[in-house]
Amino acid sequence: MVVKVYGPTYGSPKRVLVCLIEKEIEFETVDVDLFKGENNEPEFLKLQPFGAVPVIQDGDYTLYESRAIIRYYAEKYKDQGTDLWGKTIEERGLVEQWLEVEAHNFHPPVYNLVINVLFAPLTGAPSDQKVIEESDKKLEKVLDIYEERLSKTRYLAGDFFSLADLSHLPFGHYLMNQSGRGTLVRERKHVSAWWDDISNRHSWKKVLQLYKYPV
Amino acid sequence: MVVKVYGPDYATTKRVIVCLIEKEVEFETVHVDGFKKEHKQPEYLKLQPFGLFPVVQDGDYTIYESRAILRYFSEKYKNQGTDLLGKTIEERGLVEQWLEVEGHNYNPPIYNLVVNIMVPALFGEPSDPKASEEDEEKLGKVLDIYEERLSKTKYLAGDFFSLADLSHLPFTYYLMNQMKKGYMVRQRKHVSAWWDDISNRPSWKKVLQLYKHPFESLD
Repeated sequence: MVVKVYGPTYGSPKRVLVCLIEKEIEFETVDVDLFKGENNEPEFLKLQPFGAVPVIQDGDYTLYESRAIIRYYAEKYKDQGTDLWGKTIEERGLVEQWLEVEAHNFHPPVYNLVINVLFAPLTGAPSDQKVIEESDKKLEKVLDIYEERLSKTRYLAGDFFSLADLSHLPFGHYLMNQSGRGTLVRERKHVSAWWDDISNRHSWKKVLQLYKYPV
Repeated sequence: MVVKVYGPDYATTKRVIVCLIEKEVEFETVHVDGFKKEHKQPEYLKLQPFGLFPVVQDGDYTIYESRAILRYFSEKYKNQGTDLLGKTIEERGLVEQWLEVEGHNYNPPIYNLVVNIMVPALFGEPSDPKASEEDEEKLGKVLDIYEERLSKTKYLAGDFFSLADLSHLPFTYYLMNQMKKGYMVRQRKHVSAWWDDISNRPSWKKVLQLYKHPFESLD
């Protein structure tokens, strides 16, 4: 039975899709329309009680939270496809560290920008200018730290591509393209080179080719 | 060389300390005064460039982000102390799922409540009731989902204690005590039983006995 991934249009599910492609795992997708509120319908909530995408079904195993799903598959298929964990327990620890950094330091301001700059006009929800300003400021500080790190190592966890870098692709794409904030990356030499490297991976190009973004 | 844990006073650091005790890993702590902004000084920033708690040194290996540190030690000492990752790859997947739920759904509103209620109270300043109302509502919705889950399994990832449950200890402790919002847990039968179970583990009791927290004046 093939892995089913719900909500491929959106950012977080793309984190799972690019990982599955790197690990050479077959999958199929099921559309969920967030703008129509399909994520709040009882049938979807049975799979993902928080009403968020993605959720995956692997036979009779259901799993949600994109960063849990990528860890699960990177572990389960350790011996197949791209190695996304590093080779030692210490390298893995650094992958975990930068995956947490992405989740708690990079993602929140980028997500706020996506909601307030890109989605608010679409949904008619108000756009909070104060949040946009604070998010821009936070993101600059975070990217300065990334610049320092990437001046020392080729990728975030070390000189190897890992889940930590991969995790930045879906919302990094919004940052570089639709949000009009590509300069934040381009102004930083090493972050810029790192972004070009990871976003030109065959797996990410395939995701963009197969699944469009809502904006 | 013994593991060094920086900033034991703080909740995020206690997440790591309770894990080290469960895994029977020896450690020592280094006091860092957050109120004096010692974590924003160059020396600390060399270890943790985001200026956050905790950071851990394991010999010449440095690692930060509490939930990364939990995973690192649970993996490294898989065969020692309490098993915190489950027995199969599927169980581990569920541990990761609920650890992510804690990090992205549970922690943000509860952390906001700490910042908006407890920090002003410490300095005798007023708090913003509207902000707290929204966060309490958000947390309530999350706890409703927990209640449903814990009516089916003894712990979050299944019928075994794991990193996912452990990760909730430090901030829920504040909710139940200094924040005086224990009713949020007590009103939910299964969440209440789960909280009593995990907070009565010897490891957590030891953490409370050994390390103070910055809000003791609100006790």
